[in-house]
Amino acid sequence: MTLQVMSGNFAQSHAARLARVQVIAAYPITPQTTIMEKLADFVASGELPAQYVKVESEHSALQVCVSASAVGARTYTATSSQGLLLMHELLHWASSMRAPIVMGVVNRAVAPPWNLGADHTDTMSQRDTGWIQFYAESNQEVLDTVLQAHRLAEDPSIRLPVMVTEDAFYLSHTAEPVEVPDAPLVDRFLPARDARATLVAGVPTRLGSFTGPDHYVRFRREVAYAMARVPEALREIEKDYTSLTGRSHGGPVPFHRVEGADAVLVTMGTMSTTARTVVDEMRAEGKRVGLAKLRLFRPFPIAELRALAHLVDRIGVVDRSYTFGGTGPAATEVASALYAGPPHPSLSSFLVGIGGREVTRAHVRAMFDRLIAGEGAETHWMDLPQPAAEVVHG
Amino acid sequence: MAKLTLPAIELVRSGHAACPGCAPALAMRLMLKGLGPRTIVSVPASCWTVIATSYPTTALGVAMLDTPIESTGASISGLRAAFDAMGIQDVNVLGFAGDGGTADIGLQALSGMLERRTNAIFAMYDNEAYMNTGVQRSGATPFGAWTTTTPVTQRAHGKLEPKKDIMGIVLAHRPVYAATVNPSFPEDFVRKVEKSRRLEGPRFFHIFTPCPPGWRYPSDQSIEIGKRATECGIFPLYEVEEGKYRLTRKGGTLRPVTEYFGAQGRFVHLGPEDVARIQAQVNADWDRLLRLENGF
Repeated sequence: MTLQVMSGNFAQSHAARLARVQVIAAYPITPQTTIMEKLADFVASGELPAQYVKVESEHSALQVCVSASAVGARTYTATSSQGLLLMHELLHWASSMRAPIVMGVVNRAVAPPWNLGADHTDTMSQRDTGWIQFYAESNQEVLDTVLQAHRLAEDPSIRLPVMVTEDAFYLSHTAEPVEVPDAPLVDRFLPARDARATLVAGVPTRLGSFTGPDHYVRFRREVAYAMARVPEALREIEKDYTSLTGRSHGGPVPFHRVEGADAVLVTMGTMSTTARTVVDEMRAEGKRVGLAKLRLFRPFPIAELRALAHLVDRIGVVDRSYTFGGTGPAATEVASALYAGPPHPSLSSFLVGIGGREVTRAHVRAMFDRLIAGEGAETHWMDLPQPAAEVVHG
Repeated sequence: MAKLTLPAIELVRSGHAACPGCAPALAMRLMLKGLGPRTIVSVPASCWTVIATSYPTTALGVAMLDTPIESTGASISGLRAAFDAMGIQDVNVLGFAGDGGTADIGLQALSGMLERRTNAIFAMYDNEAYMNTGVQRSGATPFGAWTTTTPVTQRAHGKLEPKKDIMGIVLAHRPVYAATVNPSFPEDFVRKVEKSRRLEGPRFFHIFTPCPPGWRYPSDQSIEIGKRATECGIFPLYEVEEGKYRLTRKGGTLRPVTEYFGAQGRFVHLGPEDVARIQAQVNADWDRLLRLENGF
């Protein structure tokens, strides 16, 4: 185990190296680029004996991974924003073909207008494509989760692709100390892929194929079963990981000081660190607040959210993206998970940090204050800046 | 007993779901005779998605991977990368795409695969329209042809634009080998496939595949129409190896293109001016090919 100072992007690259991925395919997009550059160095130096296919689009990047995975290779790719959107059709192919691909996604705002800042619209708009989704809070969590993602993706009872996301610039280009496990230790945690149930050259088999509704619905149900297995499998895999590295990121939805809380915020990604600090400050002031971090977003951890609902009466869900004509996507998911109750805690939806705006302690305090004051269930656009001057169109 | 001129192995099985007289079915059969059983074939959305039958059966004696329509070039790059990474060296990687999946929506991935020098074969079976969706025009539909989206009216004579030159596009990438083949000339077809199998790097085949329902002719005429296409110079047979052109069937003077049009419903509306225009283009293309073969 060595301690190295590195960006979230390099944490992705190191994890792919340690996972001994066999085929990498990638197309450059800011701010993902340093992931693929670092991997190019690893491959060129011989540290990572992988085939690195430098493709002409993100669409082809994912197709290379799907096809390589179909014949048994462990594969990795990374993208962001527009690149992920271009992959949309292939995202469905990967999951329904049960290809255990791992993909790093740097969460970046979607154009127009062009904006490179942290924003979850890119991955949120792909939440229905059958991929498991993790949102990381730190560079350490990025590295550990990518390694866990390969185990999870290749678990024979799951066999689904996994996205491990990180906020643009806050993680992708910010360096912090990361414990890098030694290769033999990772090898014990993550053995070579069991490539049964793949296409084998020379054997007349077909993957993808063509079916009527009777088989089709059964294939869909199989994916649903696999998804349902994920939270439990993640806990088992993380237990293994903890026994080897001493680190845990707390399963699908780590709680912080939710016992006896009057109000809890549900957060994702880097804003969780800020929110945790504020929880500790407010607790010291005698205010009973807590935090639940959505580390796993797909499958949505319904049981964990229901457990939270048994502990608190007021839940505020914080989204770094907005579903046009709806509300925050995480808020919608939480509402859906808790509708069947009882209990039925009051829910509020907060939108903050859109397009890379900073999420400050003051914002978190303001959200807790609104929650505690019992302010309504409408969507709260937090921190909308005032325009410097009136913009006249026409 | 006469000596067989083609490999006896059959890797397209009876019971496939092709239409009667389907030349794309023959094209796959001949391609796999040339490549043999250690082949994996990547098939995008196209007629062959259906011809291969439905789950849980397959009409192929080799492994087959389905992809979306635009992906073939990337898919065969991925397959080759995986085999290289896993140390498997004896597999032929074949992409088998229709004209739309190659020359239109699949062009970017094809270009990427050629530029990356992927060690694989990309074969375009050209039935000159989107046949699996019901005969809509593609970039490979020839000038004058009727399709459901190039109707024939008093104002319009079928497709108004010429056919896209896919061989020209591919050859601009300098593949190690590219050839035109036609199931009506099976020995030439298989000889070229066997030759390409022994080469390393990106290889391309343009396969002429008549389509009875799409071209509006009786299903027993596919072989005859294929023969006339080559004899009339509509579809010359040649190969390009490391940039060197070689016509593999010369056969004296070209027959008039009307002999090719005759049996096909998609061309019945063509008037003398249309035919003259097409004949002039065929003659010019043929002369150009002869010059290329002679290196000037």
